[in-house]
Amino acid sequence: MHYYNEEDLERFGDIAKFRSELFEKFLAWYQACQQDGALLKREKALIGLAVAVTVQCPYCIDAFTNSCLESGSNMDQMTEAIHLASAIRGGASLIHGIQSHNAHDKVSM
Amino acid sequence: MTLMDTGTFQITRNEWPTIPILSSGFSERIGPRGLNAEGVETLQVNVGKLCNQACKHCHVDAGPKRTEIMSRSVVDACLKVLRTYGIPTLDITGGAPELIPDFRYLVEEARTTGSRVIDRHNLTVIFEEGQQDLPEFFAANEVEVVCSLPYFQEKQTDAQRGRGVFDKSIDALTRLNSVGYGRDPRLVLNLVYNPVGAFLPPEQSSIEADFKRELEDRFGIIFNNLFTITNMPIARYLDWLRRSGNEASYMAKLVNAFNPATLPGLMCRSMISVDWRGRLFDCDFNQMLEIPVAPDDAGTIFDFDISVLENRRIETADHCFGCTAGSGSSCGGAVSV
Repeated sequence: MHYYNEEDLERFGDIAKFRSELFEKFLAWYQACQQDGALLKREKALIGLAVAVTVQCPYCIDAFTNSCLESGSNMDQMTEAIHLASAIRGGASLIHGIQSHNAHDKVSM
Repeated sequence: MTLMDTGTFQITRNEWPTIPILSSGFSERIGPRGLNAEGVETLQVNVGKLCNQACKHCHVDAGPKRTEIMSRSVVDACLKVLRTYGIPTLDITGGAPELIPDFRYLVEEARTTGSRVIDRHNLTVIFEEGQQDLPEFFAANEVEVVCSLPYFQEKQTDAQRGRGVFDKSIDALTRLNSVGYGRDPRLVLNLVYNPVGAFLPPEQSSIEADFKRELEDRFGIIFNNLFTITNMPIARYLDWLRRSGNEASYMAKLVNAFNPATLPGLMCRSMISVDWRGRLFDCDFNQMLEIPVAPDDAGTIFDFDISVLENRRIETADHCFGCTAGSGSSCGGAVSV
């Protein structure tokens, strides 16, 4: 028994069993965001993968890995995007070390 | 009804069905009118299953140990049909077509009929014994060469086609360029991308731009067009889908991506496929599944009757979702761009 089931990704639409108008609005927004625009679909898929890894959503990681492959990206490109997102996340933790330094400096002689 | 529905189709593969079974089939998607042919513009001749490679995705199950190859009598019957009906295009496929003894005879004679000749070429066969002059032969006969290269990187290409195939393919493309392919407008060099895994191809023009940039920048190779082709869930590729646990999700992907806009341009509507024994099929995939062309009285190249075949009803089954997913897939790449 585990909390995440791969098959649940296909059941995403079941959320619309209740307050369907909210899911419809979400879906329209979600799909519109992924179309070619000032950024290409491929670039958006790489951004999506980076964000998916950062928010640690297994469904999003599966979905955007496939989106990246189906828009022609390869594992070198995808791994670079993952590293960038992870490095930003690491950096975001590390910069908070300055808070610690500040706190230390405040109470120290 | 599909052949699956009627129970006509009983062949199994490793004790599993040769086509994945779906609850909502292809015939339901296309409706009761089905698909009909609209002429015969292309005679696609599969000259046999012999190949110097054994790719993981091959829908022909081709390989070095296969012995099924087309005889001279079948080759001559194909040529007679080309001449009699003035069919505009001869599309030669295999296996590696160049390995059959009558390949060059077929090409040279077909050119005398005025037909455009396409050869589906795996590139590495150039390095087999007696094949080193293939680029010159292709050029002399103005054969349109369609080459398999699933990706512009070694890792992906070798994963699908075998170790060392990428490097040999690059050498072969360089040889084709050196005799004028991709440069001379009479010598057309097209490449074929297909996914290295259980996913759909990217948008054709987008990945073509990547191939052109990468191959020219890294190797100085130029080519005309890139065709994106969807992997068909049959034969060796289906084996891989099953072994890797991807069969259900891949079929769901194909079904969910069904695009009715691809139906008018499907290749089966304008071609006839011939197997190494001379039997007729709607396409190379039906050929491998042993689903023959509908009219029983015109089932071989020896009794080819274009008046019967040009408006025939096309036999479909659930593997046909492979040609209708997304932008569609054909031997000439995406159908609906």
